[in-house]
Amino acid sequence: MSMFARTALDQQNRRVEWLVKTLFLMMTVLLIVPVVLIMGILIQRGAPVLSWGFLTEVPTNGMTAGGIFTALIGTVWIVTVALIASVPIGVAAAVYLSEYAPDNWLTRAINLAIINLAGVPSIVHALFGLGAFVVFFGFGRSILAASLTLAVMTLPIVIVATRESLQAVPHAFREACWNMGATRWQTIRKVVLPNSISGILTGVILEVSRTAGETAPIMFTGAAAFLPFLPQGVLDQTMAMSLHLYVVSTQVPNVPEALPFGVALVLISMVLVMNATSIAFRVYLRNKRKW
Amino acid sequence: MPADVQADALSNTIADDLNTRGRDWYVDRAVSVGVFVGGVSAIVFIIGIFIFVTREGLGFALGTLDVKEFFTSMNWRPTSERNPTYGILALMAGTASVTGLAMLVAVPFSLGAAIYIAEFASGRMRESLKVLVELLAAIPSVVWGFIGMSIMNPLIIDMFDVPVGLSVLNAGVILGLMAAPIMTTIAEDALKAVPDSYREAAEAMGATRWQVVFKVVLPAAKNGLMAAVLLGVGRGFGETMAVLMASGHAINIPTSPFDSVRALTATIAAELGDTARGSDHYGVLFTLGIFLFVVTFVINLTADIVVKGVGKKQ
Repeated sequence: MSMFARTALDQQNRRVEWLVKTLFLMMTVLLIVPVVLIMGILIQRGAPVLSWGFLTEVPTNGMTAGGIFTALIGTVWIVTVALIASVPIGVAAAVYLSEYAPDNWLTRAINLAIINLAGVPSIVHALFGLGAFVVFFGFGRSILAASLTLAVMTLPIVIVATRESLQAVPHAFREACWNMGATRWQTIRKVVLPNSISGILTGVILEVSRTAGETAPIMFTGAAAFLPFLPQGVLDQTMAMSLHLYVVSTQVPNVPEALPFGVALVLISMVLVMNATSIAFRVYLRNKRKW
Repeated sequence: MPADVQADALSNTIADDLNTRGRDWYVDRAVSVGVFVGGVSAIVFIIGIFIFVTREGLGFALGTLDVKEFFTSMNWRPTSERNPTYGILALMAGTASVTGLAMLVAVPFSLGAAIYIAEFASGRMRESLKVLVELLAAIPSVVWGFIGMSIMNPLIIDMFDVPVGLSVLNAGVILGLMAAPIMTTIAEDALKAVPDSYREAAEAMGATRWQVVFKVVLPAAKNGLMAAVLLGVGRGFGETMAVLMASGHAINIPTSPFDSVRALTATIAAELGDTARGSDHYGVLFTLGIFLFVVTFVINLTADIVVKGVGKKQ
C-alpha cells in the first residue's frame, strides 16, 4: 500500500468536511433565497402600477389614485438637506479620528458615541428630533427639522466610511509630504483627501440610501401624510416616499391593492440602485488602487 | 531655573515662533480645531439625544408616573379619560417575544453564513455573497413592514390556518431576516480578525478545515461573534416600523407565536402623533424613549466591552 493511500480516517474526515461545508452553504442560501423570492413578488405585483405617470403625477382621490410625484420630490429635499448638514461634520470627525486623535479616553469616548449613535433606535432619534429641532430650536415640523434628525442619525455612516478610506492611504504618503515642509492640513488637503475622496463618496451614497428609506425619524419632525403641493423651502413640511408607503399601506382605506406595491418597488429600487452603485464604485476603486 | 535663563528660553521661543508662524500655521491650527469640533460632535449629539428626550419626558417620569405600575402593570391605557394607566409589561413582552423569535431565526443562520463566507467560500463566490448580504441589509424597515403585511400575512393565514397573520411569528421572521445580514457582516469581520497564523499552525498539525474552524477559529473569535449577536439583539429591540406593521399592534402577553403583540418602539410611533405637547400621554411616550435609549446604550456598551476584551488578548 502506498504511503499516500487514503486511510479510513482520511475518508471519514473528507466526508465530515463535505457535510460541514454543505451545511453552512445551505444556511447561507436559506438566508438569501427568501429575500430574493420576496423581491420577486414585489416586482411581480408592483410592476403593473409603474408608469411614467406614476412617477410624475401627484396623488389624487385621497391617495387612492394618481402618482407619487410629491413624495419623490419630498424625499429628494429631505435627503439633500440632510447631506448638507451631515457630510461636512462627518468628514471633519473622520479626519480628526484618522489624522489627529491621540489614543486617549476622549477618542475612545468619541468612538463609543459613534457606535451608540448608530445603535439608538430610530424612534428615539425621532423623539430627539421632535424635542430638539421642532420644539427647542423652533423649526417646527419642517424639512429642516426632519433632515437634521436624519443627519444626526446617519452621521456614523459617513464617519466610518470616511475614516476607513483615510486610513487606507499609506502612512508613507503623509511622511513624504511632511518632509517637504508641508503642514498637517496641507498634507491632508493635497495628499490624504484626494487619495480617499472616492471612498468618502461611497460612504455618502450609502448615507443617501439610508436617509431615503428611514420613516420613523421623519414622521413627527417634518414629513406629512398628504400634501397637495411641493415644498417651497426648508421650513415647509413635505411628503416622503418612506412615509407614503406606510400611509397608503396602513392608514388609507380603499387603496387599490397594487398601489402600495408600486410605491414599495420604487422606494426599494432607489435604495438598492444607490447601494449597488456604492458597491460597484468600491470594487472598481480597489482594482484601480496603485498601492 | 534662574530667571535670566528662563527669559532667554522664552525669547528664543518667541523668535522661533516669529519665524514659523505664517498664514499656513494659523490655517493649520484653525483646521485642527475645526476637525476636533467635528470629532467631539458625536459625543455632543449622543448627550444631546439623552438631554432632549429626557427634557420632554422627565417632568412626567418624576411627577405623575408610578414607576412600579410602569414596569409591572399589563394595562396600557394612556388615552383613558377617567383613569389612565401606564403599564408597559405587555409592551415589553411584545418586544421580547418578537426579538427573541427573530434571534432564533437569525443567529444560527447568520453565524452559519458568516462561517461559510469567511472560512469556506473562496474568490468570486465569497465576493458575490458579501455583496448580496450587504444589499439585503439596505432594504428599508418600512419596506420590511410592508412585506410583513402584504406577503407574509396571507402566507401565514394559509399555511397555519389561523385567523390573523399579523403576529409574533410574522414580526419575528421579518425582524430575523432584517437583522441577519447585519449580524452576518459583523460576525464575518470577527472571523476575519483571527490571524491567519492560527489557521496555518492548526493545519500544519494535520487538522482538517472544519477542525480548524471549530477548534481554533471559533474559540478565537468568540467575543466578536458574541458582540455580533448582541448588536443583532439591539437592532431587533430598537426596530420600529417593521414591528409596528407586522406584529398586529395588539396589547397582549403572547402565549403562542400566532398571537398579535405590540412593541415598545411601535407604541411610540403609533401614538405620538395624537398627543399634545405637555400632556401625560406625551410625557409617558418620552419616558418610554428614555427607557429605550438606556437599554440600547447598555447593549451597545456591552458589545463594545466584549469586543475590546478580545483585542487585549491578541
